[in-house]
Parts: sequence; C-alpha cells; structure tokens
Amino acid sequence: MPLKVIEKRDVEPLIRHLMERFQVVGIKKKDGKNTYGVIESPAELRLDSCATITSPKKYFFPQRETLLQFAVDGSWEPQAVVEAQPRIIFGMRPCDIAATWMLDMAFSEVNADANYLEKRKRALIIGVDCKEPCDEYCFCKSMGTLEVETGYDLFFTAADDTYIVRTGTPEGEALLGEWGKAREALYEDRVKLRAVQREKDERFKEALEFDVEELPRFLEDSYRSLLWDVLGEKCLSCGSCNLVCPTCYCFNVLDEVKLNLSEGERYRVWDSCQLEGFAKVATGENFRERRGDRVRHRFFRKGKYMKEMFGRFGCVGCGRCTRACLVHINPIEVYNQLKGGE
Amino acid sequence: MDARLLPTVDLDTIFRPRLAQLLNVEEMTAKEKLFTFQLKDGTPLGQDPGQFVEVSVFGIGEAPISVSSSPTRGDTFELCVRAVGNVTNALHRMAPGATVGIRGPFGQGFPVEEMRGRNVLFVAGGLGLVPLRSLIHAVLDMRQDFGAVTILYGTKNPSELLFRNELAQWEARDDVDYQVTVDVADESWRGNVGVITTLFRGLPVDPRNTVAVIVGPPVMYRFVIREVLGKGLPMGRILVSLERRMKCGVGKCGHCQINGVYVCQKGPVFTYSELRNLQEAI
Repeated sequence: MPLKVIEKRDVEPLIRHLMERFQVVGIKKKDGKNTYGVIESPAELRLDSCATITSPKKYFFPQRETLLQFAVDGSWEPQAVVEAQPRIIFGMRPCDIAATWMLDMAFSEVNADANYLEKRKRALIIGVDCKEPCDEYCFCKSMGTLEVETGYDLFFTAADDTYIVRTGTPEGEALLGEWGKAREALYEDRVKLRAVQREKDERFKEALEFDVEELPRFLEDSYRSLLWDVLGEKCLSCGSCNLVCPTCYCFNVLDEVKLNLSEGERYRVWDSCQLEGFAKVATGENFRERRGDRVRHRFFRKGKYMKEMFGRFGCVGCGRCTRACLVHINPIEVYNQLKGGE
Repeated sequence: MDARLLPTVDLDTIFRPRLAQLLNVEEMTAKEKLFTFQLKDGTPLGQDPGQFVEVSVFGIGEAPISVSSSPTRGDTFELCVRAVGNVTNALHRMAPGATVGIRGPFGQGFPVEEMRGRNVLFVAGGLGLVPLRSLIHAVLDMRQDFGAVTILYGTKNPSELLFRNELAQWEARDDVDYQVTVDVADESWRGNVGVITTLFRGLPVDPRNTVAVIVGPPVMYRFVIREVLGKGLPMGRILVSLERRMKCGVGKCGHCQINGVYVCQKGPVFTYSELRNLQEAI
C-alpha cells in the first residue's frame, strides 16, 4: 500500500471535508479529561492526546444497544434492529486498533453478530501513532501492541510539520485520493518515518519481566495461587475495569416496555464478570461467588482464554483498568507476580 | 482486522426469536408446570435431546430452558418450568393461546448415536429429570437399539416428583429398571428414603458397556460421579448436563463461561472427561 504525506496545517480542512460525509469521532476534551467523542468542529480533535478513560469500542458495541422490537402479546413478528451509520474514527491508537481486532474476532466467529459487524463495517479507522507512553500504567510494548500492521484504513505518524500516512485499505486510499491534497511520500519521508519509529520505540519501556508468550503458562501454573485471594480481598467488585477495557464484550440482555404497554424493545448493555451476580442462575446457585475467583476469571480471560480462542491476548496493555481501579490493581504488577508460577 | 475480511451478516439477527403458541399447560407440582408449544411457522423445533431454547416472554425478558420432550414425539415441544425468576413466573401466569418467542435450539445435546447398543444408566436429581426426559423418551422410543435401561430418580420429598404418570409407566415396564428415592418421606410414602447415591448400593452396572447420564443440581454431580466411577465406568462414558446462566445462547455474552469454555456452545452436555480439568465445572 502506498505511503502518503499530509501537511499538518491541512488536517483541519481534511476533517472538515470528512465531516460532510461521515460522523467523525476522535479524542477530545470533556470535563478536562480525554475522551473519544463526536467531533463537532475540527479544532476539537486532539491527535496528540492519549489515555482516554473509555475505549472507542463504544462505537461498535455501544453501552446500550437495541436488538429487537416486539409486541408484548406477540401479535406481530418481532423485528430485529441493527443500527449503523457511516463513521470515521480519526485518531485511534495502536492499542485500540489491536483491541478492535479482538472484538472483530469475538463477534465474527461461530455466530456472526450483525449488531456489532454492521457498525464496524461502516466505519473507517484512521489510526494515529503514539509518540510516548501515556503514563506509567500503559504497557503496550510488552503486550506487542505498540505497532500495528493492519486494522486501519489510514495510519498517521507525525514527523515535523507533516503526517506520514500509511494506507491500509483501498477505502483508505480512496478517501485521500478523492480529497486530493495528500502527496506521494518521497525517499526522505520514508527515512524520516523510520527515524520517528525508532525514537518512539526507545521511549517505550518493557514493563513485563518476561516474554508475554509465557503468560498463559504462568497463569495456568498459578490457578490455585493465594494471589487470587489477596486480589479478591482488595477488589471492590465495582466492574470499572470491565467498563473501560477495550476488549471486554460481555453483556446482559433486558426488555423494556413502551408507555403504550403494548410494544417494547429488547436491548443489550455492557455487563461485568466482576459483579457478584454475573454467573448466578435462577435457582440461586452462584458459580463464581468468591471475589477472588472473579478476579482470577478476568485475568485468565485476558491472558489465556482469549489467546486460546482467538490467537492473541485479550489484554492490549492500554492501562485503562489500572487508571480506573479504585484500589490500584495493576495488571503489570499481577503479571510480574505470576512469573515463575506458584 | 481488515473490515473486508469480516463475515457478511444476516440482518435478521441471531437475537430475533420465532413466535410460538402455548397449546397446553399442565400443573406438575406446586412449583413446576409443563408447557406444550408449537412454532407458529408450523415447523418442528428440530431439537436434539438435551438441547435448550431461549424463551421470550415479551416485555419481561428471555431465559434459557431445556427442552423436555423428545424429537421422536411429534411437532410440538414441551418445556417443564419451575417458577423461580421473572420470565418463569410470567410463563406460569400464561394460559393456552398465549404467544412466546423461541430462539434455538442451542448447544450440544446428548450423543444418542454414540450411545446406541449400550446399556444406559439414567440418574436424575430433582429438576434434572426435565432435560433427561427428552433422552429417556428417545431411548424408550428406540428401545431395541439399546441394552439394559436403568432410571434412578431422586427428589427432596414426594411432593416434588415430576411426570408422575410416566414414572408409573416406567415402573410397570419389564424392560426398564426404575428406582426412585426421596430425601425426606411423608406419611404416604412407601418407597426408598435417602439421597440418590443410596440407590447405587448393589446396583448391577457393566462398566464395559454402560453409559451413565447424570443430570441434577450442582451439588449432586460430585457425589454421583464418584458412584459411577466406583462402578468402573470410564470418564468418557459419563455424561452430564450443566446448568449455567446462558443469557444469549450464541457464545457471546459471557455469563455461562466455565474457565475458557462457553457452556452454550460446547455444552450443556459434556462427558466427565471433558470437565475433569475444568476447575469451575463441578
């Protein structure tokens, strides 16, 4: 795929151009915090900021999403609801692009989930490279998500007064072609890109004391470790980690009746495996009643089960769960404690 | 991933139920009713014994319920339901003619083909008879294809016994060894008293050619599996069906997961050998 160059001063006109055809989503300030939100004016977009509280998964898998409309008495066939609109996510970080790959797998395999996939397919992803770590909590380099080769339509890397743009798909290339202001990259641009990438790599440090490929084995060897009890005693079971995690996709399904009492809708909402009732059945049996067991389940999903199911880790090292955790449970520390098994 | 690699999807999604009409309601006990349904499009449900459906009471919600009838018995299907949650209590308030939604059948049922030619030892505890009945009917309807059939059934007390007419029929048959026990007897009870494992004393089981099929409350598995292992059965010929919170039924929502396994996809029927290293299973 060709390499293109855009002058930094042309980014605002580009966004304005894209806003004519798409809903443009990107990182902006909200109540003083960085968040992915709908861009109302191009100046809002902060391509340099990172460490958003929530992840862009909310645009493919919203916190609340209608699945079905029905008549309460079943007098007409229930209608499936799939909401999707053309959208550009401008400025997705490598860790979130990696996380999107994970969600793509989860919602594609076995029973394809139209509610996710339609939104995903109608979105274009424009990635933006990080320059330095968000803070001491992110550990993308150790999780192998500092660089992404696929999963974007375009990928911007800042270099001096320009963005050097990798095109990942024909759709991405067409977007730039039709805009008309990106130029072909020259030899010096490629040299510059490699220099920027090298400098970036040096700024990110390894956080894990072992090769991450060892993680599933360390987890397996530590299944009965007292570590989970210790973490369980700390954890408040608040579920914040699940809400901010870019790869958590568990949900609950609920019905709501309209005011006319004759029709209603079924919707899904994000759920949390850390909440006490998550694995409880109607007869009262709770299959993950102990808090430590629930913490263990989450770490095993991220470091082992998802890897076994999809071939990659469920943790992308974004650090969001650590920032959100009220009692400072930090996966870097947990993973390092697992090193060497029990 | 590259969005072009994503699968094409049916906009008539995995979450849309088919409509079914409630044909008949029969009171089983103080807590359980047997509901007979027919899909409104006229097609049979197409279930394997041991599979489950997601039942919608529109406006209340959806719940996973195991199918209690065998595909060998007609185009209607039966669900035996205890009134215990929102959806099941709403079902209990329904009268014939009412409409519900059905998704499924879902999950892996009992491996009937692999069981052919073998002796079958059924062990049902409490509500465990509900999913097991679909297989018992299938086996009795193809009786000549199976060896000795033993049915062990236990409940807490006599008032909780389900499908009483059928129990009497099984008792009367020469080609079925049916035994029942209750944990606590009442004045009317003349039969065995004790937990279900007491029925194993002196029970003849040929470990070379018997399949054990065990369904009951979680606490029962640990003890009954010990009994059948004690009879010499290999782990691969011990079948169980696990109850979990199968909210979506399609391997997405996460509630039914046991370690790395989604019960709605790989189960609810498992061999004990599949479960023996899944710490959260039993």
